[in-house]
Amino acid sequence: MRRLILIAIPYVWLLALFLIPFVIVVKISLSDTALARPPYFPQWDWSLGWAGIKDFFAELDFENFWFLTTDDLYWKAYLSSLRIALISTLMTLLVGFPIAYGMARAPEHWRPTLMMLVILPFWTSFLIRVYSWMGILSQNGLLNALLLGIGVIDEPLIILNTDTAVYIGIVYTYLPFMILPIYAALEKLDGSLLEAAEDLGCSRLSAFWLVTVPLSKQGVIAGCFLVFIPAIGEFVIPSLLGGSETLMIGKVLYEEFFSNRDWPVASAVAVILLLILIIPIVLFQRNQQKQAEAEG
Amino acid sequence: MNRLSPFNVVSLTLGFAFLYLPMIILVIYSFNASKLVTVWAGFSTQWYGELLRNEAFLDAALVTLKVAVLTSTLATVLGTCTAYVLVRIHRFPGRTLFSGMAFAPLVMPDVILGLSLLLLFIGVGVDRGVLTIVLAHTTFAMCYVSVVVSSRLVAFDQSLEEAALDLGATPWETFRLVTLPIIAPAVISGWLLAFTLSLDDLVIASFTAGPSSTTLPMKIFSAVRLGVSPEINALSTIMISIVTVGVIAASLLSKRAAVQRVREEKAAERA
Repeated sequence: MRRLILIAIPYVWLLALFLIPFVIVVKISLSDTALARPPYFPQWDWSLGWAGIKDFFAELDFENFWFLTTDDLYWKAYLSSLRIALISTLMTLLVGFPIAYGMARAPEHWRPTLMMLVILPFWTSFLIRVYSWMGILSQNGLLNALLLGIGVIDEPLIILNTDTAVYIGIVYTYLPFMILPIYAALEKLDGSLLEAAEDLGCSRLSAFWLVTVPLSKQGVIAGCFLVFIPAIGEFVIPSLLGGSETLMIGKVLYEEFFSNRDWPVASAVAVILLLILIIPIVLFQRNQQKQAEAEG
Repeated sequence: MNRLSPFNVVSLTLGFAFLYLPMIILVIYSFNASKLVTVWAGFSTQWYGELLRNEAFLDAALVTLKVAVLTSTLATVLGTCTAYVLVRIHRFPGRTLFSGMAFAPLVMPDVILGLSLLLLFIGVGVDRGVLTIVLAHTTFAMCYVSVVVSSRLVAFDQSLEEAALDLGATPWETFRLVTLPIIAPAVISGWLLAFTLSLDDLVIASFTAGPSSTTLPMKIFSAVRLGVSPEINALSTIMISIVTVGVIAASLLSKRAAVQRVREEKAAERA
């Protein structure tokens, strides 16, 4: 009996506040936009009984999804979200791998401090970390002042409110997610394997490519997913650092809902966003399971 | 593997500079007398004064703290239950659905979680305010708590629980006297994680907040949307300092606890 209550409490909570809301999103994505409150049609009419339910389902259709395919704003937004997430994931890997590698080779008594330094930004407000780049990247910001000062450029670069600023923002805020799994993989790496490779005639560089890189593969994959998945639906970074032409689907959804008040279209955008995310999420979970099995 | 090559030193230095410089710059410029970012007009604490006189910010901070305390407490209870069920109870109807629901919010974009919860609250007809934000935040924070607590539950020796049961303790006594003390550090970090997540969230709060329940991130977002604001620099500095002190204190405490444990184990071995 106790066991039943223990299962029931979190189960019912997640059903009521996670699954049912999502079913509502799917339902509204199939409804029509209406100038009413709430602004969609059909409504569930309890007073009509069974006939009401039948009418209700008869009114649902895929019209909003057709609309999304005809307006290229949405196509472009989905594609550019994927592009921005992919490019910034690769950039985060390029920046994060050398840091994780350096941490794993640092003297053992430094490592806890280095770990803490990587985790610390994660506890600081995400919004503030994104905001901190606005003052650096703006046209009369610090980066331009510095570059003009040393004479590298003659006129200020326009970085803020472009895609470049979005890349920088994603790399900066998600870097800890890339460093930590790679570091965890590299730290476990047995140093004698590298010595063996070098004894057998490998140069240090080829030992790195042939031993270190393959053995850190799991960490790299985990890190890439941890950056790529949240980056696709990102809202804060494109709205603070991106420009008006930066199209990302999280921002489109937010604006569709709050500015246009088009609930059915916003819901349809959400459903497709989730469908796009299912593939990387499933792949990520499989990778985690494989890793857990390899360790256990 | 501890031979730091010059390449390692350079990448560590540049990497940590990249991670920390933006925040250090923010802190420095919060003491700038000028309103402009690039012009240094001397040291001043005027923006802190203006921040403290700004009642809208203080109200928002109060709402945010209220939400975060309620969320983290609820999420810790629910998340610990979830972890216990997932790790210890292997068979019950709908287990796959349950573990799926406990995992999905970790990877679901904020915009989708926020939108779906808002549509639920409107459908049910609840007035939006502190309560709805707490319900929304608890739903995703409990999943993070569950991950943290699960890892501790998986790692610990289950024979301790079995021994307590054999010696006549009820399951509840076993949980309270054996399991809970062992997983306590994970439960505490779960609470802190949930607190931070709630404090930090902008998107889900914007969807689920009512007109009278603006949170601090919402306030910050609308203030910086149009550009850099020195008051926000001051606010950021305060928040960064609190987090820094907290994280350093926590790591020192856990280091001391680890030393203590080693000492006790050694003493036990001798005896």
